[in-house]
Amino acid sequence: MSISWRPHEADWYEASARERIAGLVDPDSFVEFLGPDQRAMSPHLAQFNLTGAFDDGLIVGRGTLDGQAVLLAAQEGRFLGGAFGEVHGAKLVGLLRGARAAAGTGGPKCVLLLLDTGGVRLQEANAGELSISETIRAIVEARLAGVAVVALIGGRSGAFGGGGIITACCSRIVVSQHARVSVSGPEVIETNKGVEEFDSKDRALVWRITGGRTRTLTGGADRYVKGRIRDFRQAAIELMTQAPPFTFETLAAEQRRLAERLQEYGECRDAPQLWRKSGLPEPERIAELSDDAFLAMARTKECKHDAR
Amino acid sequence: MTLDEGMTLDDVLASLFPGGHALERGPFGTVHGTGRLEGGGQIALVGIVDRTPLGVDGALLLASRVLAVIDKGGGVPIMMLVDTASQSMTRRDELLGLNEYLAHLSKSLALAAARGHRTVGVLYGRAAAGAFIATALSTQVLAAVRGAEPSVMDLPSIARVTKLPLDQLERLAQSTPIFAPGLDPMVAVGAVAQIWDASKPLAEQLAALLRQSVEARDRRDEIGLARKGRLLAAGIAQRVAKEAAAGA
Repeated sequence: MSISWRPHEADWYEASARERIAGLVDPDSFVEFLGPDQRAMSPHLAQFNLTGAFDDGLIVGRGTLDGQAVLLAAQEGRFLGGAFGEVHGAKLVGLLRGARAAAGTGGPKCVLLLLDTGGVRLQEANAGELSISETIRAIVEARLAGVAVVALIGGRSGAFGGGGIITACCSRIVVSQHARVSVSGPEVIETNKGVEEFDSKDRALVWRITGGRTRTLTGGADRYVKGRIRDFRQAAIELMTQAPPFTFETLAAEQRRLAERLQEYGECRDAPQLWRKSGLPEPERIAELSDDAFLAMARTKECKHDAR
Repeated sequence: MTLDEGMTLDDVLASLFPGGHALERGPFGTVHGTGRLEGGGQIALVGIVDRTPLGVDGALLLASRVLAVIDKGGGVPIMMLVDTASQSMTRRDELLGLNEYLAHLSKSLALAAARGHRTVGVLYGRAAAGAFIATALSTQVLAAVRGAEPSVMDLPSIARVTKLPLDQLERLAQSTPIFAPGLDPMVAVGAVAQIWDASKPLAEQLAALLRQSVEARDRRDEIGLARKGRLLAAGIAQRVAKEAAAGA
């Protein structure tokens, strides 16, 4: 008897980066660039007594999604928290630059970023920080060339630090309940500002402040999905052709959208306050709802927008 | 003024714009205005000063200033003056989606560059982590006045997170620019394009920078390679870009 693993049905949160790719794109369509056999590893980790990975925690390549050519990058959140180092970051920058270069000659119209990162890898802090800035510029240039860049988030390491900033530079953002998107991590805030500002051990609080549901309800994410790989696949298929253009009008709309958010919710300190203000029924229960019940809820007005 | 303390904003402005400038201080540590360039013409000024952490309010205000310059048209160059800290570390900022506000500022600066506005970062004080990314690093070319202090994270914090002894980190920091805080390592990896000498007129150093042609693409990895501070990034990015474009 053979047991067949069905990658589409697997859970995004539990899956490795390679499993996510396998379940996301069309079967057998993935071709990796600069794969593990090429040994593009970090030369900086040994001096910190850390073992490197053959892919430096980032997998890049091409494939097809519902028959359409796409480029994609997936961070392995279980390797050093999916953090950006020199090689890891350069692979992502290269992928996005390649997307832009090919856009004028019939290349893929979409890049999928499967983010799963704690931010900058401190052992390579300067190279990691700079690669995040280079990634942002490369995303903007790809978008200017008409390429949709779609972020898919729901892994163990979330999208923190520069990973959170990169997320909001993408054309579209897909999250699950597990997704945590933020700049300063809760531990960093607690260390700097004290436990009364942010108790990083209070998991429910962390999810309310940074989690996928809060991001969806405030407009920080475009699509909320249940946690299977196939849910992310379906959302990516739908969104890759619905990306806002990178124009003055788009950013002017984002300016208004973010200003309205500050005006309406600027005094809030916790998510239920914000949900109550937005008129949601039973704001205290948002975190407990099933995914189906959450998806069935009436959306706040911010949730459908092209202002990104 | 000593090198240790860096330059004050007034020092910087006086040295940059002997022909005059008009700068207003706004809330949240922001500034905006215009400066008169040597040899004619104006440059739009925006900035975050006084080592103020960059939060949702400040980032949104700065982005609005940048978008206003774009909206006015005319291709006026934009200078981002930077003496911040790290991003504002509060629960409120994160609840409201600080990542979107910082990204919005970064994108606004990138749009300005794409629309033909030269964007110049002038780092004369501190900048760290997300605030560094959203301001100084989001310009086409970043100049830092000698004495400036860019960083990702300070060494004691890196020691805490990596669980390595501080003295070991301090030793390592002498031999590689890859993680150490400070101006020289940031120059070596290619983050800072040029260092300005505070003892000479900054106006001349700005004029020299503006005489250089605009880089059509992001060459910071090539600069890091040439300076031997980031040996692998440029080659890796090129290899992947080639494969990605070839698959089309």
